[in-house]
Amino acid sequence: MKPFAYHQPGRIPDAAKLLTSIEDSKLVAGGMTLIPTLKQRLASPPALIDLSRLENLKGITDDGATVTIGAMTPHAVVAASKLVQAKIPGLAALASMIGDPAVRIRGTIGGSVANNDPAADYPAGVLGLGATVVTSTREIAADGFFRGLFETALEPGEIITAIRFPVPFKAGYAKFKAPASRYALVGVFVAKFADGVRVAVTGAGSGVFRVPPMEEALSQNFDPSAIAAIRIDTDGLTSDIHAEADYRAHLVTVMAKRAVDAALS
Amino acid sequence: MGNVIGIGASPKRKEDQRFLTGRGNYVSDIKRPGMTAGVFVRSPHGHAILRGIDKGAALASPGVIAVLTGEDVAADKLGSLPCGWGISDAKGVPMKEPPFPMLAQGKVRFVGDMVAFVVAETPEQANAAAELMTVNYEVLPSVVGVLEAVRPGAPQLFDDVPNNICCDWELGDKAAVETAFRKAVHVAKLSLVNNRLIGNPMEPRAAIAEYEPGTDRFTLWTTSQFPHVVRFLMGALVLNIPQHKLRVVAPDVGGGFGVKQFHYGEEAVITWAAKRVMRPIKWVASRSEGYVSDRHGRDHVTEAELALDETGKFLAFRVNTLANMGGYLSTFGPNIPTNLYGPLLGGVYTTPAIYCNVKVVFTNTVPVDAYRGAGRPEATFVLERIVDVAAAEMGIDRVEIRRRNMIPKEAYPYQTPVLVQYDSGDPMGCLDGALVAADVKNFGIRKADSARRGKFRGLGYSTYVEACGLAPSRFAGRLGARGGLYESATVRVHPTGQVTVMIGTHNHGQGHETTFAQIVSEKLGVSFENVDIVFGDTDRVQFGMGTYGSRSLVVGGAALSKATDKVVAKGKKIAAHLLEAAEVDIQFEAGKFSVAGTDRMKTFEEIAGAAYVPHDYPLEVLEPGLEEQAYYDPVNFTYPGGCHIAEVEVDPETGTVTLVDYTAVDDVGTVINPMIVEGQLHGGIVQGVGQALYENAVYDEGSGQLLSGSLMDYCMPRADHMPMMKIATHSTLCTHTPMGVKGCGEVGTIGSPAAVINAVVDALSHLGVTHVDMPATPNRIWRLLQNASLPVAAE
Repeated sequence: MKPFAYHQPGRIPDAAKLLTSIEDSKLVAGGMTLIPTLKQRLASPPALIDLSRLENLKGITDDGATVTIGAMTPHAVVAASKLVQAKIPGLAALASMIGDPAVRIRGTIGGSVANNDPAADYPAGVLGLGATVVTSTREIAADGFFRGLFETALEPGEIITAIRFPVPFKAGYAKFKAPASRYALVGVFVAKFADGVRVAVTGAGSGVFRVPPMEEALSQNFDPSAIAAIRIDTDGLTSDIHAEADYRAHLVTVMAKRAVDAALS
Repeated sequence: MGNVIGIGASPKRKEDQRFLTGRGNYVSDIKRPGMTAGVFVRSPHGHAILRGIDKGAALASPGVIAVLTGEDVAADKLGSLPCGWGISDAKGVPMKEPPFPMLAQGKVRFVGDMVAFVVAETPEQANAAAELMTVNYEVLPSVVGVLEAVRPGAPQLFDDVPNNICCDWELGDKAAVETAFRKAVHVAKLSLVNNRLIGNPMEPRAAIAEYEPGTDRFTLWTTSQFPHVVRFLMGALVLNIPQHKLRVVAPDVGGGFGVKQFHYGEEAVITWAAKRVMRPIKWVASRSEGYVSDRHGRDHVTEAELALDETGKFLAFRVNTLANMGGYLSTFGPNIPTNLYGPLLGGVYTTPAIYCNVKVVFTNTVPVDAYRGAGRPEATFVLERIVDVAAAEMGIDRVEIRRRNMIPKEAYPYQTPVLVQYDSGDPMGCLDGALVAADVKNFGIRKADSARRGKFRGLGYSTYVEACGLAPSRFAGRLGARGGLYESATVRVHPTGQVTVMIGTHNHGQGHETTFAQIVSEKLGVSFENVDIVFGDTDRVQFGMGTYGSRSLVVGGAALSKATDKVVAKGKKIAAHLLEAAEVDIQFEAGKFSVAGTDRMKTFEEIAGAAYVPHDYPLEVLEPGLEEQAYYDPVNFTYPGGCHIAEVEVDPETGTVTLVDYTAVDDVGTVINPMIVEGQLHGGIVQGVGQALYENAVYDEGSGQLLSGSLMDYCMPRADHMPMMKIATHSTLCTHTPMGVKGCGEVGTIGSPAAVINAVVDALSHLGVTHVDMPATPNRIWRLLQNASLPVAAE
């Protein structure tokens, strides 16, 4: 690890100011991706801006129609939240499947969403539920937030403060874990709302994406059988030493069916 | 007399007290006054010509003390890293043995090959300087697979090694095998890959070297399984340091599995550099560095054929293997796929004719050497797989075909056609025991239950034997070993009767401090707590070949047993004098020397006291003191074996294989500590399951990049991959080791891959699947099912 300056601001505007004034500085939330990167000397930001002292970034609230999770809320808290379990059990289940216990205790929802790892779990939940990413400056709809491999709509100096999830009728997540990393080789989140069904896939490509044919089919009939015959195209899907694109495409269908099963159970 | 805990007891492990309370003493825990930090600059290319190295920027970097390269090694006329075994081809032509410089000279031959060593005041400064090194590489195409490496036109690693073939080795009677094949009613054929593995001990490799000008002595602390061998190989053959001027210490070591039983270039470089900078130097590998520098294991491509008569009796077995050596010959490299592979192809069967050809091949990969099992898992996998293939093709039950060919218990000692002679064994007994323990008779019920849940269930057998306790020097010498394979132990009885044992094996997780203390406690009748085992320090331990090949108890324990016998013999002489009796009338039992037929006796402590306070002592015939040493070189290998049965469930939708049950009934000879044996079996089996289902070192052909270069991409088996295992022993006693022990460190790893893959194939056999290569990953299984003869319903 190379030397860096360390800042621990108490207010969001202070954090945003540091972020814009120190070129190449990085925000650190749980640090579950950033710290290993620093240890391997693959990144050497001049300064880290630790978000852990910022007020009002932790915790979960609801207003009946939505559940809002503070950006610095760890995965383990979301997984164990009675509120999330009651309102969006599929999201609590997703949080319980991230990484391992150490990662779930340190890692945060804001960090995961901002990082937008192509195999992370939360992007599937955020996109699948059509959530709103609340930042220090504005609100961004999930459909416009994720821009592919580690890219998001966040502007320089913009900090995620919370994610606001609409409460669905039903939702479920099914994840096929990569054997070694236990990231999603393929993860599928499905959510049923009054105006239709959303299906979001992580792990299969360079970033989280929706599957309109499955959404249409499930909107007609929210049952695994409705999508059993739908195969997604392998174009744009990842091939690596763990899985070729056609296997990932197959797993999308299998995991989508299992996500529907989970939502129905 | 006190708390004797002897052979057959399962005390908690003595060493765990310090390990579990964070008081272990590992190399990276050690700090020396004035210690500096060393970092290796490694090749990022699989194959390249070194056109020049510019040290300038690194040398000018803050805190840098020295930067050393291959040119400095050459200028100091240092030796090449030696290979401890020399093999020859059928005509007796020795293997090609190109030099293995400790820092690359002229060329780099694998990603991770060392090109420079940077010494600085701190690790951070050394790392920063290493990044400033400018190495001018002329990149060449790499070749990483054995099939590709022997093709005409393949990139050549060494100018004088045509087609990258180090040695074209063979074993067995080729003509007899050909004759038998002509008579065969059925010939089973199988092509398979034995996947390349990375050992991943929990503690990465590390070393500290220090030179004391006052005494002209070097000390090397290193994560080694065999410090005396490192002292010899490095001191005598690489650095020209006299043995009495070199101390090698291997303190607590966090797992080895073979990875730490080689002499590594890092050890030589750091020791050499310590004198040049006149400061102690510490190097600790990162996990990532370990992936591209720890010696890898396995990596075979094999074609096998089994000839059978109409009843399913094996007539002959023919095996052709290409074995990957990586970029250079490691310490035991060429021995593993030859001498530790071919002689095991007889298995537990009466196959009368066997021929094995192994082409040992250089590639642009990390050197390949012994990894837990070392050659024997590969042999077992070939044999146990083809037995299943033959059974399926001939319509004979898999258990029945094994029974028809098994060596009966009464046929031991049994001479195989491939050099080795098994002294003892009862494979049928192990099989029978395992069939009951695994509840094979109700497998059909379980399979039907799986089918109702949309899953395919399979059962797999592996009835295997291995050769361990390496050892016998005379035999090994004939096979090309350039060293001996005995072991030594010194039993030092203190004046108060406590005992310190100095032994040449090395404990890095095997529980020796407990097992060996039990042997001493039993044999001398002293308290278990009053025995300490010292190992891993060439200044404290007389000599030793270290720990590998399941040899510690078999060879080291035997030396210890002999040394305790000598202590008792001397004690009897002292007792005879003190008790005024004839020596032949002195009996020793339960820690007491007594005159037969009387109540006159002396305790072990009294005899020890007399030995060191010889006021009344037979000085004219006996020296004072009570310390004895023994060296032991056995007459044969030992041959543990057994029957493993794996039960798996396959999810046809995703291709996921789940190991749902595992049974092992093994013949490991006398068991000293059943708990430790069970633990060794657990660990060994999990490592074998790792090979069968999860682990795979993957290189990119052409660039030579290791694609599975971290724990994110190289899948180690984990606790949640494993069911509760059923472990039992069905032991026959080794006829030639002092306590009848056979060794148990590797049996789990040797027996299990074939059992697991045979179970996977069984689960899929109704779809026409006849073989699955390792690891049986979901992706691989799914693809097999796509190509299988029956469509798979999607739930």
